[in-house]
Amino acid sequence: MPYVSTRYFCLIAAVVTVAIAIASRLATNDYFFFAGYVVLQYVVMSTAWNILGGYTGYINFGTAGFFAIGAYSAVVMHKLFAPPLPLSILVGGVVAGLVGLGMGYLTLRLRGVFFAIATLALAIVLQTLVTNWDFVGGSRGVYIIRPETGPLGHPYIQYLFLTMLVLSTISICIARAIEHSKLGYGLATIRDDELAAESAGVPTLRLKLIATVLSGALMGMAGAPLPYYVTYLDPTSGFNLAFAVNSIAMPLIGGTSTWLGPVVGALLLATIQQIATVTISSALNLLIVGVIMVAFVVLAPNGIIGLFERGRRTRRRPTEKGAA
Amino acid sequence: MVSLLVNAIVAGLLLGGFYAAVSVGLALSFGMLDIANLAHPAFIILGSFIVYILNSEFGIDPVLAGILALPFFYLLGSAIYQIYYYAFERRGEEGLRGLAFFFGILFITEVALILIFGVDYRFVTAPYIGSSIYIGDAELPLRMLVPCIVSIVMVILLQIFLSKTFIGRAILAVSQDDLALKLMAIRPQRIKNIAFAISIATASLAGACLIIIQPVEPSVGRDYIGRVFAIVVLGGMGSFPGMLTAAMLIGVMESLTATFYGPSWSPAVAFGFLLLTLAVRPAGLMGR
Repeated sequence: MPYVSTRYFCLIAAVVTVAIAIASRLATNDYFFFAGYVVLQYVVMSTAWNILGGYTGYINFGTAGFFAIGAYSAVVMHKLFAPPLPLSILVGGVVAGLVGLGMGYLTLRLRGVFFAIATLALAIVLQTLVTNWDFVGGSRGVYIIRPETGPLGHPYIQYLFLTMLVLSTISICIARAIEHSKLGYGLATIRDDELAAESAGVPTLRLKLIATVLSGALMGMAGAPLPYYVTYLDPTSGFNLAFAVNSIAMPLIGGTSTWLGPVVGALLLATIQQIATVTISSALNLLIVGVIMVAFVVLAPNGIIGLFERGRRTRRRPTEKGAA
Repeated sequence: MVSLLVNAIVAGLLLGGFYAAVSVGLALSFGMLDIANLAHPAFIILGSFIVYILNSEFGIDPVLAGILALPFFYLLGSAIYQIYYYAFERRGEEGLRGLAFFFGILFITEVALILIFGVDYRFVTAPYIGSSIYIGDAELPLRMLVPCIVSIVMVILLQIFLSKTFIGRAILAVSQDDLALKLMAIRPQRIKNIAFAISIATASLAGACLIIIQPVEPSVGRDYIGRVFAIVVLGGMGSFPGMLTAAMLIGVMESLTATFYGPSWSPAVAFGFLLLTLAVRPAGLMGR
C-alpha cells in the first residue's frame, strides 16, 4: 500500500464517511440502520481493542466492561437531565478512559497475562456494582424511551446509525494516526520486546497507559448510544460476554498489525452475524464465531490481512532477489 | 449474632475447601507450567455436566462419577496441550495468542453446553445431599462437607505425587528450569503434557464437587474465572499450601460478605481480592 500521510488519510476517511452517509439515504427499510449500527459498533470496538491488543500486545478481556461503562454512563446522564447524545458519548468515553487509567496503573507494570486476567476481573466487579446499583435499575434493568426523531427530523435510528458511522471514522483515524506516530513505534517496541524497549529508554509504562486510556475511552464511546438503541438495558445484556468475544475475535481474524485488520474483521464477522442471527439461531452463531477465532489463532496467526500479505510477498520474492 | 458469625466462617471454610479443588488444576497449569488456562472453569462445568449425565442416567454417585470421568479429562487435557504446544509454545507466541486460544475454548465450551443442555439449572441426587451434622452451634451441611473433603484429599494426593514420584519431581523441575531438564535428557514437552493433562483431569472431580454444592448451568463457569485466578495468584502461583490458604481465605471472605451484605455482592469479593493482590503484592501471600 503506498504511504499516505495521516492528514490525507483522515481526509479520505471523511469523504468515504460522507459518501456512506449519503448512500444510506437510499435505504428504504429501517432494518438496514438497525443492522448497520451493530456492524459499525463492532468496527469501533475492534479498532479500539486493537490499539492495545494489536499494537501493544496487551490483551484486554474486559471490553464488555468498558463498553458497559459507556452504556451506563449514558443511562445515568439520561436519568439526570437527558442530554444530547454527543454529550453522553463524550462522558461515556471520559469515564471509561479514567477506569482504564486506574486499572492500567494497577496492573500494567506486571506481565501481560496478569493484565489480561485483571481486565476479566474488572468486567465482573463492574457488573456486580451495576447489579447492586438501584439508580440504574439494578438487576431488573432500565427502560430508556428512544426519542421519535433525531435533531434533523429523521427517525432516531438513522441518527444513531450516523453517529456510530462518525465514531467509527474517528476511531479508525486515531488508530491509523497512532500507527505512524512516535507513540505507535513505541507501542510496537513494547509488543516485540518490552525489556529491550525499557532498556532503550522507551517510557513503556506511560505509553501503555496512553494506549489503555485511548482504547478504553473509544469502547466507552461505542457503548454510550446503546441504551437508546436497545431501549431496555440490564446488566446481563450490557456486560454480555459476546461483546468481549466479538471485539477480540474480529481483530484476530482480520489481522492485528494494521488499522485495516480490525475493520475487515468487524465488517466481515458482524455482517455474517447479522445475517446468521436472522436465518439461524443466535447461540449457534456465537459458537461459529468462537470456532473461527480459535481456528484463526491456531492456523493463521496474522489474520486475513496476513494471508493476503503472505500471498503478495511470495509472489514478489523472485523480483526482489533479482533486484538485489 | 455469634452463631451467625460462626456459621458464616464454617461455611466459608467448607467453601474454601471446595475452591481448592477448583483451583488446584490452575495452580498446576498456570502456576507451574505458566500456561494461562482461562478455559479451566469451562472444563469444570463440562465435568459437572458429565457427572450430571452419569448420575441421572445410571444413578452413579456424583463423586464416583467424577472419578470415572478422570481418564477422559486426562486425554482431553493431553490433546489440548498438543495443540497449544504446536500452535504457540513452539513458536514462542504463547502470550497473546495462547490467551486468545483459551478464551475461545472457554467460549466454545460454554456455548456448546448451552446448545446441548439449554440454560436450565441441572442438579444431582445423592443420599447425603440435604442432610447436615452439627458441631455445637455450627452446622456442617454434608453437601458442602463432602466436596470439601474430596477436594482436600485430592490436593494432598497431588502434593504427594509431585514430591515423591519421578514424574512428579520432573513436573516440579520443568516449572523451575526446562532447559536444565533438556540437558538431563528429558523432553520438557512430554512432562508438560502429563502435567497439563493432570490439571485438566482435576476439573472432572472439581466439577463433581461443584454440582453437589449447587445446581449448575453452563455460564456458572464465568464466576469461577476470577476466583481461581485470584486464589492461584494469591497463593503464590505454584505452591499448593499457599493455594489452600488462599482458597480458605477467599471462601471465608465470600461467605461473610454473602451473610452480612447479601449474596449478590459475593462475586466481587474474589475479583476485588485479585485486583488488590496484583496491585499490592503480585508475588502472593507466600510468594518466593
